[in-house]
Amino acid sequence: MRAFTYERAKDASGAARAVAANPAAKFIAGGTNLLDLMKLEVEAPTHLVDVQDLGFDKIEATKDGGLRIGALVTNTNLAADERVRRDYGVLTRAIVAGASGQLRNKASTAGNLLQRTRCPYFYDTNMACNKRKPGSGCAAIGGYSRQLGVIGVSDACIATFPGDMAVAMRVLDAVIETVDATGARRAIPISDFHRLWGNSPEQDTILKQGELITAVTLPRPLGGKHFYEKVRDRASYAYALVSVAAVIQPDGTGRVAFGGVAPKPWRVEAADALLPQGAAAVTARAFQGATPTKDNAFKLPLATRALAAVIADAKA
Amino acid sequence: MSDIPELEVSRRGLLAGSAATAVVAATPAAAAPPPQTKAAPMMPVSFAVNGKRETLSLDPRTTLLDALREHLHLTGTKKGCDHGQCGACTVMVDGVRINSCLSLAVMHEGDKITTIEGLGTPDKLHPMQAAFIKHDGYQCGYCTPGQICSAVAVLDEIKRGVPSHVQDDLTAKPRATNIEMRERMSGNICRCGAYSNIAEAMADVAGENA
Repeated sequence: MRAFTYERAKDASGAARAVAANPAAKFIAGGTNLLDLMKLEVEAPTHLVDVQDLGFDKIEATKDGGLRIGALVTNTNLAADERVRRDYGVLTRAIVAGASGQLRNKASTAGNLLQRTRCPYFYDTNMACNKRKPGSGCAAIGGYSRQLGVIGVSDACIATFPGDMAVAMRVLDAVIETVDATGARRAIPISDFHRLWGNSPEQDTILKQGELITAVTLPRPLGGKHFYEKVRDRASYAYALVSVAAVIQPDGTGRVAFGGVAPKPWRVEAADALLPQGAAAVTARAFQGATPTKDNAFKLPLATRALAAVIADAKA
Repeated sequence: MSDIPELEVSRRGLLAGSAATAVVAATPAAAAPPPQTKAAPMMPVSFAVNGKRETLSLDPRTTLLDALREHLHLTGTKKGCDHGQCGACTVMVDGVRINSCLSLAVMHEGDKITTIEGLGTPDKLHPMQAAFIKHDGYQCGYCTPGQICSAVAVLDEIKRGVPSHVQDDLTAKPRATNIEMRERMSGNICRCGAYSNIAEAMADVAGENA
């Protein structure tokens, strides 16, 4: 691990100023992804600003009937919250399908959104990777790509966003609240939060250096039946090959987002509208223009089958 | 000279590849991002380990795992993968299990840490330690301290109603069933494959408490 200095921030704007002032500084919350990457020197911040004392560890009702989830609420506490289990089951299901019990106890809500890809070429510092070292090329293209993206990828990068929680949040139309070094706040719909790679895959999200996530808000509950179907190589503690987050209403309408396929949780609203016509209609629209490799073309029929299982469950 | 042209080609390719690797290795500045930085000043940190107050002065890079093993010489907690994948380093912090390898020691100011040494002693075993012996829940024993810390915390999570991936009804209280134990213990790898006996040891302890 490269050397760094460390401070424990006392307030949000102070934390934002400290990170904005140094392009090589980073926030640290749970640290489960950042420290892993620092050990490999994929990440090499020179200064860490610990945000654990900022008080963003509560889940509160909003005045319009939703929930505001503090950025530092752990994955375990978010999944276990009684209101989330009752009204936003897709979110609890997605969180408990991810990582291990130990990691969920430490991983934060904001950190989960900001986790980096698990593309093996990103992790291996001997390999060309435009995301780790801009301009160095992409060894994943033409390499071993079974786990990698099938849509929304580019000629510079075919990595996926690896998380589960955010896929459920995309179905729920969550909004990410931030504050920057000047004290300015913004509310970012989760659909706009993660970027498609294009020519700058080193940038995962639209956040600016020093912009701090303070909370994630969920609109009022959608009702319906909630599902998170995750297909992976092991029964537990593995990243998704394909995952399906869905909320299905009694009349067969609903919303659906896919994980493990793209640089961001993949939801196409026009495809949601086709849910009453069945899984094949939805995935044909959602994955229109997909560019799979020979290794990962299986993800397209797998997404259709995973969604078909969800729709069958919803009818049962 | 080889009779097999394919072999000849691949040997040449291999040599060319090796030469390229050597060039890269000889010019680390071109490959590595930032230059080597000087170690940051040592930082003080104070936390309780197994009920005993400890004060250390540490390089900020020191993980909680290394602080426990290398500075406090509590070597019961093990370093397996050092990347949060194997669970050998599992300890409890403020009553909750975490991977101590993926946490900086300086982030634990004021915390209460429990390691395997704090659960029981050879003379006075924790019920989970006794159950692991009774049910043969280990072979080589390297993952065992992490398995036991995790197992104790899992039963507490079930008691507190923390949901899991294998629960049918999210609003119901989870039960200490075999499938629940297996799912909740998936962050602890045992390469000897003692999993079924570990789950039996846990069921034994859960039954005693019920």
